[in-house]
Amino acid sequence: MSLSLRHYTIAISLLVAQMLQIMPMPILVDPYRPDWVLLVLGYWTLALPQRVNVGVAFLNGLVLDILLGTALGIHSLALSLVVFILAANYQRLRNYSVWQQAFMIGLLAALYHLVIFWLQHLLTDIYFLFDYLWPVLTTMLFWPWSFMILRKARRQLKVS
Amino acid sequence: MDTIFTRGPSLTSRLVLATVLSVLLIVLDGKLDTFSNVRVYLNSLVSPLQYMANLPGEVLNQTSRALTTQRQLLENNAQLTRQNILMSEQLQRFEVLRQENDRLRTLLGSPVRADARKMVAELMAVDNNPYSHQIVINKGTLQGVYEGQPVLDDKGIVGQVMQVGTTTSRVLLIADVTHAVPVRVLRNNVRMVASGSGQLNRLVINHVPHSTDIQRGDMLVSSGLGQVFPEGYPVGRITDVIRDESRPFAIIRAEPAAQLDRLKYLLLLWPADAPQAPIDQDEAVNES
Repeated sequence: MSLSLRHYTIAISLLVAQMLQIMPMPILVDPYRPDWVLLVLGYWTLALPQRVNVGVAFLNGLVLDILLGTALGIHSLALSLVVFILAANYQRLRNYSVWQQAFMIGLLAALYHLVIFWLQHLLTDIYFLFDYLWPVLTTMLFWPWSFMILRKARRQLKVS
Repeated sequence: MDTIFTRGPSLTSRLVLATVLSVLLIVLDGKLDTFSNVRVYLNSLVSPLQYMANLPGEVLNQTSRALTTQRQLLENNAQLTRQNILMSEQLQRFEVLRQENDRLRTLLGSPVRADARKMVAELMAVDNNPYSHQIVINKGTLQGVYEGQPVLDDKGIVGQVMQVGTTTSRVLLIADVTHAVPVRVLRNNVRMVASGSGQLNRLVINHVPHSTDIQRGDMLVSSGLGQVFPEGYPVGRITDVIRDESRPFAIIRAEPAAQLDRLKYLLLLWPADAPQAPIDQDEAVNES
């Protein structure tokens, strides 16, 4: 049981993240929803860059595109880009404190949202509202907690 | 230690590959729309995830329903009975008017309007893609839902089906920037097009000359010209008419009749000329 769980921890955590991303929320909380997929992918990229990197990010982005009904390729491009930056700098980022990491994740989340906005803007004429950037802040605030939970899961289940 | 560089292609080439693939997909899907057939399978593939994400809310609903007191139920029942009596009285008059209208139309030689078949659908996980207004409903090709099908709620037009899966489908709301409904003013039959504004509580009506007879409070109903929405369903109510002579056209805004921010039960319509028929017969409500 623990062996099979060990093998599927990454997949299960990503599935949960996808579910949280589309879960219905009250309209008051909805604009502040953190980018769960980005958080979980970011953690696994920093922890196990040889297992989770651009390929996994691309596939998760595709699933996100289907779930959110955007044109295929938009989220996959943005996620691939962000995860590439993380995977290329994982050794430096690992030495940062959790709050410094949170700041970097916030910056990357901003890049992620801007890339998505820009690509969507090419396809349809949408206007930029500041509200689109609230998830950047919440993603930053959620990073330390998701980091701790996922690290605990990784250590207890000995995922490597 | 097993580094990323010892296995397979390097990180940079992976990024290049992912970027090229993504851009290809964006062009093919977003610009050329070649994936509409594949989308059915993709949507069906992820629908278990959507049903799972929908589960907590469903459980909460069920528990709150189980916890309603008898008094609340009685009150609710009394209110519904009152409403039912009022509505059936209106329906009696409506039936007479409908027959009269049909007779007049046959006298004039214009075709009698056929009734649309309907099915009740329920809202599933509301997606949070802030750039477009879409919802997911729990009916799909298995129930006969087709692309471009009109969707209503109890107050008016909600939108049209944009993508279908086997058990779910995605509905584009009328408030989305990429959506427009051909409408007419109920008071004087002036025809116009109501486009979405990207805000849930606003539609905009473009290219209306200053001299057009339109006022605040006018009701807009679908005109049936676009061949998507059947004629005569409420779309919205005019909220602002700004006749600024320095601009080429008047600025006209409307509020959607359907409550787009609190949708729960929706009505799928199959007009008489629909390319598909509703499949689950015991759920389809066939109007006599």
